[in-house]
Amino acid sequence: MTLQFNDETFRDDYTFTNSQRAIDRFPFPFHEDSYMYSVNMEQHQGGPKGSVYENRFDVDEHYISEMKDRAQVLAEDPLRCQSLPHMNLAGWDLLELIMVSKSEDYPDLFELHRDGNNWHWINRPLGIEDKFVFLDNASLPYGPMEYITRQTQGDFAVLDQRDENLWLDAGMITTQADWSLDFDIGMNFFEWHAPVPKANEMGIFIRALKFLLNVQQGTPARRLNWTMTVNPLLDTSPENYHKWGVQKTGLTPQNVGSKQFLRVELQTFFRLPRSNGLVFPIRCYLIALEDIVTVPKWGRRLHRVLRDIPDELATYKGFIDNKPMIVDYLSKFDDGQPTSAGIWPEKDSEPELVV
Amino acid sequence: MSVGENKIAVTVSDITKITPLVTQFRFVRTDGEALPTFSGGAHTVVEMIDGAETRLNPYSLMSDPMDQTAYMISVRRDDQGRGGSLFMHQKVAVGDEMMISLPVNLFALDLRASKHLMIAGGIGITPFLSQIHELNAIAGTFELHYASQSAELAAFADDLMRRYSGKVHVYFDDLGQKIDLAALLEGQPLGTHVYVCGPKGMIDWVRKTAHDLGWPREAIHYEEFLAPQSGKPFEVTLAASNKVIQVGEHQSLLEAMEAADVDAPYLCRGGACGQCETNVIESDGEIIHRDHWLEDDDKKSGKKIMPCVSRFVGKTLVLDR
Repeated sequence: MTLQFNDETFRDDYTFTNSQRAIDRFPFPFHEDSYMYSVNMEQHQGGPKGSVYENRFDVDEHYISEMKDRAQVLAEDPLRCQSLPHMNLAGWDLLELIMVSKSEDYPDLFELHRDGNNWHWINRPLGIEDKFVFLDNASLPYGPMEYITRQTQGDFAVLDQRDENLWLDAGMITTQADWSLDFDIGMNFFEWHAPVPKANEMGIFIRALKFLLNVQQGTPARRLNWTMTVNPLLDTSPENYHKWGVQKTGLTPQNVGSKQFLRVELQTFFRLPRSNGLVFPIRCYLIALEDIVTVPKWGRRLHRVLRDIPDELATYKGFIDNKPMIVDYLSKFDDGQPTSAGIWPEKDSEPELVV
Repeated sequence: MSVGENKIAVTVSDITKITPLVTQFRFVRTDGEALPTFSGGAHTVVEMIDGAETRLNPYSLMSDPMDQTAYMISVRRDDQGRGGSLFMHQKVAVGDEMMISLPVNLFALDLRASKHLMIAGGIGITPFLSQIHELNAIAGTFELHYASQSAELAAFADDLMRRYSGKVHVYFDDLGQKIDLAALLEGQPLGTHVYVCGPKGMIDWVRKTAHDLGWPREAIHYEEFLAPQSGKPFEVTLAASNKVIQVGEHQSLLEAMEAADVDAPYLCRGGACGQCETNVIESDGEIIHRDHWLEDDDKKSGKKIMPCVSRFVGKTLVLDR
């Protein structure tokens, strides 16, 4: 596979685009024509070739530009990356997991050579080559978690497991859906999920925690989550809400197709073997509505899901004010024909749109 | 999903008699690859195929977590047990191939601790051996207090005393030596966590003493795996699987389910982790609860059972599995 990397921005002039390949492999999050929270976990043991599920850590055309955006966020606000002192070993765990996975899954892009604790890492897309001593923080330019997550797409919540709970004790969070590491650091699973409406009374979190505490070595898990974002903005943080919140008012019936994005998180969960921690990578994929509707099944389904979503959820996900405009736009791509089950595009078998 | 699904094929590369009762086994991967790393205090579940019977017993990993060439466990011979330890002692030979699970840790170090105070009784020493390796690698502080019946039966005591002089204290019952627990706990610096692994009486003693001295609950860690006990055979109906199975005298209910190809979840197989908790649909008789997972109310209600260690006496037992 030769991957072409885009030169694009996620701020100011927003030159981000998805190629046809990126559209075709987009992780569409709705397996049916309606949506409610669920503990929709499955094992993360690969997936269809070319899909975002295929490899442990998906590397795509946005890689280099996403890493530039992360560096910019960190330069302006170093607190987006924090690690409490007891999480250092977990940071090395994460570095090992990512380096081993990427060098095995993308041998043309990444190389890892190990001689005991003397490690040699080559990241070709970013032009990085470092020799360091495993478990020796002084041998890397950053702490181990920061070092490797400056080179890996997606946010990373690194969790400590103790007292039958998970604690958000380290993380690299620059592409988040409106939550703050600096605010949440040190919280347990129930504390940091407190703002989510409805799910608590549904008992979702108790079941989700029970599942996650039992994610073991060799059995990583995954799920999809989603929200809506105006403009292809990765850094939708509370810290910068004053910059991006106002952009939601710039949506018009004329530009909604190109400016309104579906934001999907591929959330995965891996046991970290040396520290017994858990890492929760949250990988963000963005797609404009006008690109989604090129897949007939997805256009029909997204219209039905958003049309019928409860107001509390539309409010929590931050698009309640623009919901009528979004639904109106999408209605043009829903001819009422049935959709097949599952998330895949099924472009060959799904009927063409009848207008 | 059974968490034990991910297994590793290993070859027994070395067997060492440590004391008259304890034997150490060294496993390497049969395919010659590196073993996964793990964290101190983790265990592996060893599959023992003994004729028609298959036993799955958990053992703490005692080797250095950083060493990916081999895993080591130690097995204490239990002449009154159901036969797992006797199988390991008498039937396993160097060169044998066995299946073991990927490591699972239910007794992890709390790395926030400024000091790790370890209290071991008998074969309960094993999880501390891997934890000590881990703490050495990350320059952590520990102190071990290890009680054994006698010098002869104190597995690894000499080696520990030699390697970690000043940090290891050994007590022999036959010499009347006893840990002065209250004084030990009271003398610890702020931020110390205490860990105990050993017989039930010792675990209860340490937990209660620490609690009474005002130690925070989250600073007290313990691990006690029960071995399933033998008992009278009984019959169980598994409603979800539509099967009627017989549980043999030396078999656990969980093992009987597995023998009938029923996919039942588990982690510790010792009544501690809660993973195999099963709803009782109908019961005409008495459930012999042996776990320390279910609350007393749950046990009395007769609506739940932990099939890894608990048994049944009576006419009818129907489970939702």
